[in-house]
Amino acid sequence: MNWMYLLRRIGQMILTLWVVATILFFIFRLMPGNPLAAYIDPTFTAEQQQELMRQFGLDKPLWEQYFIYMANLLQGELGQSFFYKDSVTSIMMNVLPNTIYLMVFSFVIAYVLGILFGVLFAWYRGSKFETIGLIATLITRSAPQFWVGMVLLAIFSFHFGWLPSGGVSAAGSQYNSEWDKLTSLEFYKFLSLPAFTLIFYLIGLPLLLMRSNMLDVLGDTYVEMAKMRGLSKYRIMFKYGARNAALPVLTAMAVGIGYTIGGNVIIETVFSWPGIGRLLVNAVTASDYPLAQGAFLVIAAFMIFMNFVADLLYGLLDPKISAGGGK
Amino acid sequence: MEQMIEEQKGKDSELYIILKNSWSNFFNFFKEDRFAMVGLIIYLFVGIIAIFAPVIAPYDPHEMLRYDGEYRTNAGPNSENILGTTNMGRDVFSQLIYGARPAVLVGVSAAFMVVLIGTLVGLVAGYYRGKVDTFLMRVTDVAFGIPFEPFVIVLVAFLGPSIWNIVLAMGLLLWRDTARVIRSQVLVVRERGFVESARVAGASNFRIIFRHITPNILPLALLYGSLAMGWAILTEAAISFLGFGDPSAVSWGFMLNDAFVSQALSRGSYSWFVPPGICIMLVVMAGFYIGRGSEKILYPRMNQY
Repeated sequence: MNWMYLLRRIGQMILTLWVVATILFFIFRLMPGNPLAAYIDPTFTAEQQQELMRQFGLDKPLWEQYFIYMANLLQGELGQSFFYKDSVTSIMMNVLPNTIYLMVFSFVIAYVLGILFGVLFAWYRGSKFETIGLIATLITRSAPQFWVGMVLLAIFSFHFGWLPSGGVSAAGSQYNSEWDKLTSLEFYKFLSLPAFTLIFYLIGLPLLLMRSNMLDVLGDTYVEMAKMRGLSKYRIMFKYGARNAALPVLTAMAVGIGYTIGGNVIIETVFSWPGIGRLLVNAVTASDYPLAQGAFLVIAAFMIFMNFVADLLYGLLDPKISAGGGK
Repeated sequence: MEQMIEEQKGKDSELYIILKNSWSNFFNFFKEDRFAMVGLIIYLFVGIIAIFAPVIAPYDPHEMLRYDGEYRTNAGPNSENILGTTNMGRDVFSQLIYGARPAVLVGVSAAFMVVLIGTLVGLVAGYYRGKVDTFLMRVTDVAFGIPFEPFVIVLVAFLGPSIWNIVLAMGLLLWRDTARVIRSQVLVVRERGFVESARVAGASNFRIIFRHITPNILPLALLYGSLAMGWAILTEAAISFLGFGDPSAVSWGFMLNDAFVSQALSRGSYSWFVPPGICIMLVVMAGFYIGRGSEKILYPRMNQY
């Protein structure tokens, strides 16, 4: 790994973050209407309204608000939610774990299964098993996530009543701690439908990538050699074949994680999953600008970071990129 | 280093041959590639339904149907309503047919924006290189750093819920993939002999870009546009589903939102919420099929599989 490349790439990442934060600031400040409309009670007097504007710093000129916003961002300070009347950071800290559990759980299963089936599809290329599998994969890639979620809800939750229809816990009950949540069977009942929906969508990419990489590798001489030496089918598949095809899949996973946190707004809404995506949707609906802005920024920062990770992995894959100085 | 450049040049000429043939390929691959053909047929089919929606649909999609003076709400499939009715007594099948209209509108206009912006950015960046290229590619990086669905939601909430605002919001981001791909192709094409001859003959940059380079990258841009079409329809559905859609347009996403919020799931009205999802799925698949065909143009090596 070339250090200059790494430094330049980090610089680029910071620049991107800064520009995105700036765009976001202007989008939210230029929104039509009073940004405090959701907050102000109609009974408030003009003085009270002025006082509120002052408290939120909205009486200052735009450029001054921008500098305050940037300075606060650098300290991780995202302001106060209009709706919850609490700090945006602490609201987000409450829901972020839920998003992470859903994502980690789904990604691990989707990628393990995807790699497995990708290898098998490549091995049994041209068979009926592969044809049907590929058609099924195509369906998983093109079905709208929220619709898959709806169908699953109708069947497993409403028709059979096997699984809860939304949320992370039964009505009225709460988990004492994150640890308590992760170790309770109840939580996994709530997790299973949204996770399955996400897995259904995610599985296609690693599967197709693994398959095409395996097809490349399978023709190589060392795999032929291994076959001739009489090594078992599965040993060749996973020891010789899969190992060489794994890095591109890992790179795709980094990009995929970045994109998925943005796309999660939809799954989280279908299943009322109290994560960062649903928080964003609710904040936008309630015109809670500081909260919407904070949630958007966290999602964007996460995505930008994952793109960065993917680029580094890609550099490992193709040393020309990091050694040759980019272009 | 020099060896690397040589290698790169070798690849370039290969690519050039591919590009030169790409226009005829563009039309031929629909004939040759069964998948691409299926994709095209699905697109055309949806287009025809959109045009003739008033003729095909048995009812007005907004009309609350009454039979013997009674509203027919939440009906299952029957002889008058082949997919049943909604909770407000509207005919699901008619809504499904009319849903093709916003789908075509969104798909075509988003694809147009993607092709237009992506091609222009890619052309200018790849042709002028240097600072212009660096600047445009940093802008592209920023576009890649903005989460797509959240951006569309925020912008639509800001600009107001209309089909055009959704298309605009999508167009503002979706060009990013096209721009990168077009740029790298332009970098290849601009080194070709005919561009050099045009330059020596005194052609202006404008003329070289639009007369000599554009025809060579346009097929590629159009293929990216066809992928964007399915992607845009899917996103419009998702945005409508979240409740940020155009309230006046009966789109497939609107139908799903309508079904979701009016407890169609718990009533098991499958004939209401399954068909719109299948329609969206088919359109997205069509984009993939055509995109899959495009791989053959770009990477003919893969044909062997």
